[in-house]
Amino acid sequence: MEETKTLQETTCFHCGELCPDKPLTLEDKKFCCEGCRTVYDILNKSGMCDYYDLNERPGQTQKKSNTVRYEFLDDEETSKKFITFRDADQIHVTFYIPAMHCSSCIWLLENLNRLHPKVFRSRVNFIKKELSIVFSSEIALSDIAKLLDRVGYPPHLSLNSLEEKTDERQYFNKSYFYKLGIAFFSFGNIMLLSFPDYFGIDSLTESPYRNLFGYLNFLLAIPVMFYSASEFFVSAWKGVIHKTLNMDFPIALGILIMFVRSSYDIFSGTGSGYMDTLASLVFLMLVGRALQNMTYGRLSFDRDYKSYFPVSVTLLEQGQEKNIPATQVKVGSRLLIRNNELIPGDAILFKGDAHIDYSFVTGESTPVDKTLGEIIFAGGKQIGNAIEVEVIKEVSQSYLTRLWNEDTFEKDKTEKDKLTSLSNRVSRWFTLIILIIASGAALYWLRTDSARALHAFTSVLIITCPCALALSTPFTLGNAMRILGKMKFYLKNTIVIEKLAQTDVVLFDKTGTITRSGAARLKFEGEELSDYDLQLIRSASGNSAHPLSRIIHDNIPSSISKIEWDTYEEISGKGIIAKKLTDEIKLGSEEWICGKKRNHDGLRTMEVHYAINGQYKGYFRIRSEYRDDLKHVIQDLQLKHQVKLVSGDNDGEKQQLLPLFGKEENMLFHQSPFEKLELVKQLQDEHKTVLMIGDGLNDAGALAKSNVGISVSENINNFSPACDAILDSESFSELPRFIRFSKAAVNVILMSFGLSFIYNLVGLWFAVQGNLSPLVAAILMPISSISVIIFTTIGVGIASRKIFKPNYKTSS
Amino acid sequence: MSALFIMIGASLIIAIGFLAAFLWAVRKGQYEDDYSPAVRILFDSELTSSKESKKESTNTTDDK
Repeated sequence: MEETKTLQETTCFHCGELCPDKPLTLEDKKFCCEGCRTVYDILNKSGMCDYYDLNERPGQTQKKSNTVRYEFLDDEETSKKFITFRDADQIHVTFYIPAMHCSSCIWLLENLNRLHPKVFRSRVNFIKKELSIVFSSEIALSDIAKLLDRVGYPPHLSLNSLEEKTDERQYFNKSYFYKLGIAFFSFGNIMLLSFPDYFGIDSLTESPYRNLFGYLNFLLAIPVMFYSASEFFVSAWKGVIHKTLNMDFPIALGILIMFVRSSYDIFSGTGSGYMDTLASLVFLMLVGRALQNMTYGRLSFDRDYKSYFPVSVTLLEQGQEKNIPATQVKVGSRLLIRNNELIPGDAILFKGDAHIDYSFVTGESTPVDKTLGEIIFAGGKQIGNAIEVEVIKEVSQSYLTRLWNEDTFEKDKTEKDKLTSLSNRVSRWFTLIILIIASGAALYWLRTDSARALHAFTSVLIITCPCALALSTPFTLGNAMRILGKMKFYLKNTIVIEKLAQTDVVLFDKTGTITRSGAARLKFEGEELSDYDLQLIRSASGNSAHPLSRIIHDNIPSSISKIEWDTYEEISGKGIIAKKLTDEIKLGSEEWICGKKRNHDGLRTMEVHYAINGQYKGYFRIRSEYRDDLKHVIQDLQLKHQVKLVSGDNDGEKQQLLPLFGKEENMLFHQSPFEKLELVKQLQDEHKTVLMIGDGLNDAGALAKSNVGISVSENINNFSPACDAILDSESFSELPRFIRFSKAAVNVILMSFGLSFIYNLVGLWFAVQGNLSPLVAAILMPISSISVIIFTTIGVGIASRKIFKPNYKTSS
Repeated sequence: MSALFIMIGASLIIAIGFLAAFLWAVRKGQYEDDYSPAVRILFDSELTSSKESKKESTNTTDDK
């Protein structure tokens, strides 16, 4: 009891977060922030404290609360996006409210009329997190939005939120339920009418019942064939147009043959047909697709709204720089965008020369110049001097995700990957082999029994309809992607898993990838630096997002003010050159600044050299800390892969890294971004699958070119839409296990393919003889589909438990 | 045996009835939100109960 009491004393009555030492109070309740207290106050005054009875501490913290201006909602055009109905008396509006999470939320939101007399009714759709409000047209839409904001449920007001919803929530599509319902209805009834056939009840299978059952089956199968199964035909046809045989092609072929053959059997009176199999297959495949869509829907929801990306931005607050998660950026925040960093949300240029590269958005990489006061759109990348911007539209996580999913310049790569994906490769061979077997069987019977030849040909195509094949890949990979996401390894799509499993060569970038950017020791060797020098160095390094620049910048006390550069240029792989009035400084590699390299003796470290007006002053010696478990990670990877280091820095740390990477030829230093890309290309020409792990900024080209590009993310805005996966630096040590898990997932798929081939062989044995009975088909096909789904689900579960259970720390 | 014709017809009609009911339910949006109705039904009774006594009971629980 004691314990709970202290807990109650320190947590906020509204949201349950820990209160500061001196909590704000109202009556006898304690609150963590002013926002939470205000919400309580409002509710208390309206006698709505039921809110707090339904759940303990149901609120959302109001600490991050901001003053969004909702006035723009009253604009005629804008309001149309949200208003679903309006007349002289009332307005109906639907808002998307991500903060909704429990029954208290529902209660409060459905009792809005008690907070505001002009609200008539409000209704929650919890699954969609939508709130429909009917209110008097005497008040403005923005008043409603403000009211929601005041009680802690700000509506999500991205202008395209309505369009977004339709594709994101595909799995709630009503037509899917219609298709499923109809398929199930037909499946059940056809099965029932086929019972006499299954049991060979002659008195029933003789005419006229036989004909009646047959005709009824035919009637029942028509909606399944032409409505429920329509998407398989559409998809197969699309594949044919693009001259590829996708997985839906053999499925569509199988269904079509099944339907034609059964209709023929029924109307010619030669048999009872396979309508039962047809209906059950279509039903099961629809269930499979629905589940798959649901999984993907949930995944994309997690990605968009649960701060999926560990991306952070630099916030400027009273001249201080602060790293905050990109999602916490508010309208009006001032952000610092360094060279090569991404603009997270639409913003106005406030300070500096902006050259914005919109290649991630438009594919056009020529930078666009922007002048002060102009709007820069989200997704652009700053090239050159650091700029300051003021955010005018909140950062939308979903926009960044979308950018990542559908970046224009990478399209070729994913398209090509899709064609080479496991299931499509298998299905191409599969279709070919099946057609050969079918024709073979037909030719064999043609000599003796021409009726049987047709029978055999169609039977083969029916029995081999690869529904089990089609289900296994999405189920396995979708599941695997979800598990990896939980472990902070975020994949762009499921194809990445297949590629990851094939990895031959692992390339590591050095700085920022295998070193921790936060922890480094810095020392200056050379002439003593004046405060003016330090000022110049801090200003120059502060403009750059390069990990070494960040280290130098962070190590110079912030009391030293920064200056504005007249010109600033960062040459990747070399350094920074910046000019102020008559002074020009250079900060970068030794070769670039001194023109040659000193003779080094023994111990060498990473160095950043400094020269002012052509006069060499000395260098910073940086000893970086490697990530924990780096040794384990590399040793582990070396067991099965070739591991190489490609670094843009000098070879100062060669000696320390040598024991890790083994041979000297595995370590390449002084690599420009272009050389990195060339190396990836060269390895790929040797038919190797390359996994590139970089920090996402200086090696974007290589990340894009490699088969799998992983960007390791720490506390800096270095998310590059060019990568295939984002690895939170916390999970860096798990990398080898992620690769192993991908392999296991692919093995599960292969095994399930094997399993379904066995079923197919059994079926084929009946089919080629030309005596596939409807009963065999009706039993074999659904069993194969269901058992494959069960197999993949259990298989992935076992693999994840086996691979992720033991920890490195305990095992080593 | 001709009764079977009628029986089958009847069974199909019943089945179609259920299918129609299902399609109607989907169309009316009954499958869109399967969470809030379950919660909502509990609210109504709370709301009609007197606010005052409710409030007092909150205070007493919080005081201890």
